[in-house]
Amino acid sequence: MIPQLDIFILTLVIVCAVAAVSVKDLLGSAILFGAYSFMMCLLWAVMGSVDVAFTEASVGAGVSTVFFVAAVFRTTRRTKD
Amino acid sequence: MKKIGFIIVCLSGALLLYATQDFPRWGDPNSPASTHVSPRYIQKTLEETDVPNAVTSILADYRGYDTMFETTVIFAAGMSCLILLRVFKRKDEDRYYRHITTGITIHIKGEKSIPDRSKEFERIDTMWTPYDLIIKTVARFLVPFIQLFALYVLAHGHESPGGGFQGGVIFGASLIIIAIAFDLRTAIHRFKEKLDGLLSALGVFIYAGIGAFCLLLGGNFLDYKELALVFPFDRIEARAYGILGVEIGVFISVMAVMICIYVNIVSEGRHDEGL
Repeated sequence: MIPQLDIFILTLVIVCAVAAVSVKDLLGSAILFGAYSFMMCLLWAVMGSVDVAFTEASVGAGVSTVFFVAAVFRTTRRTKD
Repeated sequence: MKKIGFIIVCLSGALLLYATQDFPRWGDPNSPASTHVSPRYIQKTLEETDVPNAVTSILADYRGYDTMFETTVIFAAGMSCLILLRVFKRKDEDRYYRHITTGITIHIKGEKSIPDRSKEFERIDTMWTPYDLIIKTVARFLVPFIQLFALYVLAHGHESPGGGFQGGVIFGASLIIIAIAFDLRTAIHRFKEKLDGLLSALGVFIYAGIGAFCLLLGGNFLDYKELALVFPFDRIEARAYGILGVEIGVFISVMAVMICIYVNIVSEGRHDEGL
């Protein structure tokens, strides 16, 4: 585990999380959420829990992003608040 | 109101950060989590269950109940998505068909329609964009490899990271790729709704059925050792094969539920037009 890499990924996780909540465009929010999941997946892999990383990559970054995009496609793209 | 919410979030975040100071250090061998049950699992997994990957043996054998009800939760999620979104009544909506030889587009309103899978006409989406040849070809090449990889992840869950859950998600994603690259009707034609519902229940049934079968053979629920009475392997190998059996159940259930959720969300439950 390299501390610099770890801190870099952790910063990206926080940036992605805050941006995913605060962005007005819901499609962008879905993509940012996928990026957040991917960063979390890297963190799990760095910490040695490969099974969790694999689940996070397939479910969090893969399928759930597709679900969000599908939901945005059928509702609205801009938030009300 | 927004300011109050922000202050509350900051306060609880600060409290959480403060509380993490009491955590044991990362990978500390003297932490409570790695002094009681973990060493036993790590030392005894291989000789008790014949499975090198301790995570798989804990998930499917030592903590089999948890995984069974996780699968049930996923099944319930798929079913609730179906109940909330699925509509059977056909609205009088606009439908577009294209005459394949001449390329003329026909717009139909009301009850009348051209039969599905007609040779002269092809149904197209309301927000139709021409299919990209590159995307279609790449998807057609890629899907078999993705499905093969999903089956590999399932079969090698014992030795390497993976298992039924991840494999099922990857297999479901391969069908979602078909639905995105071609259109939703192609994907539904390949993987019918009835088959989907049947498989999502069958997965949970396989898992609970293996558990109940062990009960019938005289052991406890999900006690795979007892399978050795019927199948030609010894009591330790039986646990490895029992784990494989329940992983197959999880695989089938998760795959079917992922497809069910995607199809219902993207077509608003009408199962005709999608992304």
